[in-house]
Amino acid sequence: MSDLPLSPAQKPAGARSWIETLGLAHILLGLFLLIYPAMASDFFLTQIGGYSLVLGMISLSLMLLAGYGGMVSLAQITVAGAAGYVVAIFGVNNSGVHGFGWPWWVFVPLAIAIASLVSALIGWIAVRTEGIYTIMITLAVATACFYFTQQNYALFNGFPGYNGLRAPEVFGVYWRDPVPFYYLCLAMATLAYAAVLYGARSTFGLTLQAIRDNPRRMRAIGFNVTAHKVFAWWLAGLIAGAAGVLLVWFNGRISPGTIAVGPAINILVIAIIGGLRHPIGPFLGAVVVTLMQTFAIDIIGAERFNTLIGLVFLLIVFISPDGILGLWERFRPQAGREDWRTFRTATKQVGNKGRKT
Amino acid sequence: MATNVAASRLQGTGANALELDGVGRQFGALTALSGINMRIAPGERRAVLGSNGAGKTTLFNTITGDFHPTSGSIRFFGEDITTLAVHERIRRGLRRTYQISQLFTNLTVRESIYLAYRGVSRNRFSLLRPRVSDSAMAQAESISHAVHLDGERDKTVGTLSHGQQRQLEIALALAGAPRFILFDEPAAGLSPTERRDLIEILNALPKHIGYIIIEHDLDVALRVSEYVSMMHNGQLFTEGTPEEIENDPRVQEIYLGGGHG
Ligand SMILES: Nc1ncnc2c1ncn2[C@@H]1O[C@H](COP(=O)(O)OP(=O)(O)OP(=O)(O)O)[C@@H](O)[C@H]1O
Ligand SMILES: [Mg+2]
Repeated sequence: MSDLPLSPAQKPAGARSWIETLGLAHILLGLFLLIYPAMASDFFLTQIGGYSLVLGMISLSLMLLAGYGGMVSLAQITVAGAAGYVVAIFGVNNSGVHGFGWPWWVFVPLAIAIASLVSALIGWIAVRTEGIYTIMITLAVATACFYFTQQNYALFNGFPGYNGLRAPEVFGVYWRDPVPFYYLCLAMATLAYAAVLYGARSTFGLTLQAIRDNPRRMRAIGFNVTAHKVFAWWLAGLIAGAAGVLLVWFNGRISPGTIAVGPAINILVIAIIGGLRHPIGPFLGAVVVTLMQTFAIDIIGAERFNTLIGLVFLLIVFISPDGILGLWERFRPQAGREDWRTFRTATKQVGNKGRKT
Repeated sequence: MATNVAASRLQGTGANALELDGVGRQFGALTALSGINMRIAPGERRAVLGSNGAGKTTLFNTITGDFHPTSGSIRFFGEDITTLAVHERIRRGLRRTYQISQLFTNLTVRESIYLAYRGVSRNRFSLLRPRVSDSAMAQAESISHAVHLDGERDKTVGTLSHGQQRQLEIALALAGAPRFILFDEPAAGLSPTERRDLIEILNALPKHIGYIIIEHDLDVALRVSEYVSMMHNGQLFTEGTPEEIENDPRVQEIYLGGGHG
């Protein structure tokens, strides 16, 4: 389901066709996702397909920070929520508060821009800490934002938040209809996924991973470590912000409940279930969690649902600290277990031309 | 006294590469460094000797800013850098290696040297992949050659031997345009052959690049430096040419007396 199985040893050096560059797994996955609407009901298209892609994007923003930068954030849903509130305030809502009715092509970029700045600000606070303290401080920020939006009526309309948020109609298409919404989410998620995959081998991507490995050495070769970490948060904010816009169009509403501690932890659970080593992980995790959320509730009831998620989480972390990605690595034929480096070499082969093996 | 020799030797040479005035560093009640005065001319190659715990690494840490000194001031080519952030000092041409290798175990040799070059040049925030034709990539080639790592360019740093990692430490210090380098026991743990390699690498450095090398092995130190400073208990207690140092009875006492001279 991903490009993982491409072993560097099997790849010929020299020129490659676009199929090799893109990776067979990517092409198959892409084809499946493109024709998925022909097979799926509206429910599966939106509630499972679209929603998984949106949650996957928010988790992807976490994967970028945690996987490449070693910074585990619990505030990604807060960043997405910031974009959501901008949409509610500057677009149209039914709550009779604000709702300036600006055109979508103004408030969508504005929402993403503000979300990325919020993310950079949270990052700027969080980069002073490391490891478990980053988790704690981002959790504190997320909780503070939750309570603040709940109590502030002037800007956030307090507890009820905003409802009646509609996706725009462009080119005669209402973008919240199942098929257009699915393709919109797919396009945005693909863009974000491809950007992260490409960016991982960019100068900044290497920088971020090197900072994760050895910040002291990075300073000693001239890097301003703090500035680079904050920049990573800003980039993650772009992805989470774009996902936040889709999220409020999906829900039709935004309230403090959207950015509460539960949803914040949910994003982390998704990322860890999926795996943090490759940008496909968050999307795998999102599909699993969304399916469980949708169907387990019918089977075991809503109260027990969190217990189930918790058990699955424990099970996966217990069997494979690298989530579903790690399971894939472990059980796929002949390859056996591979370390992080081999894995990365494999992913690098997908996009890096002219590199000898 | 030997310090006077140093001073007179350097008279009339404009700004020194490095100038330490009364530099000291406390760790709580422990005085790791005190009253260090040092003048090093551009292009000069100096060895620092001293027993374990003498404060040699701490001296380097205060010069690069890994720790700030608790007293005194440091000038680099005439500019006061005492309170500058580490990366600011590096961008001014100061470099260092670490006694215990500090490397990026998940990157390749080429990527590591590329980053070391990037750190002191522009486009540090570039979201594009480095092109093969990139001048930084070209420099990564020539530097890996200079430290005898040609064959390992595309190997992951974590898979290199100890000796090769020590060579990469040096490569990271050579990237960009270094003016002055601090080598912290580059020979630690090397085999005799690797030591010979190291001496060759150091002696092949461009003449304008000065350095301080910390080295326990007197033989190595004497072959790569023209002047020697001795440290003991956080203080510089003598400086001189290699012959002067070798024949100094106090030095022999420290080295033979197990560091309690
Ligand atoms: N970060 C630190 N915190 C507390 N004490 C320290 C720290 N770094 C060094 N010291 C102490 O400062 C003194 C000097 O240490 P330093 O590492 O500079 O010695 P050195 O000359 O480099 O020795 P070696 O030859 O063993 O490398 C030692 O007593 C050491 O324990
Ligand atoms: Mg030392």
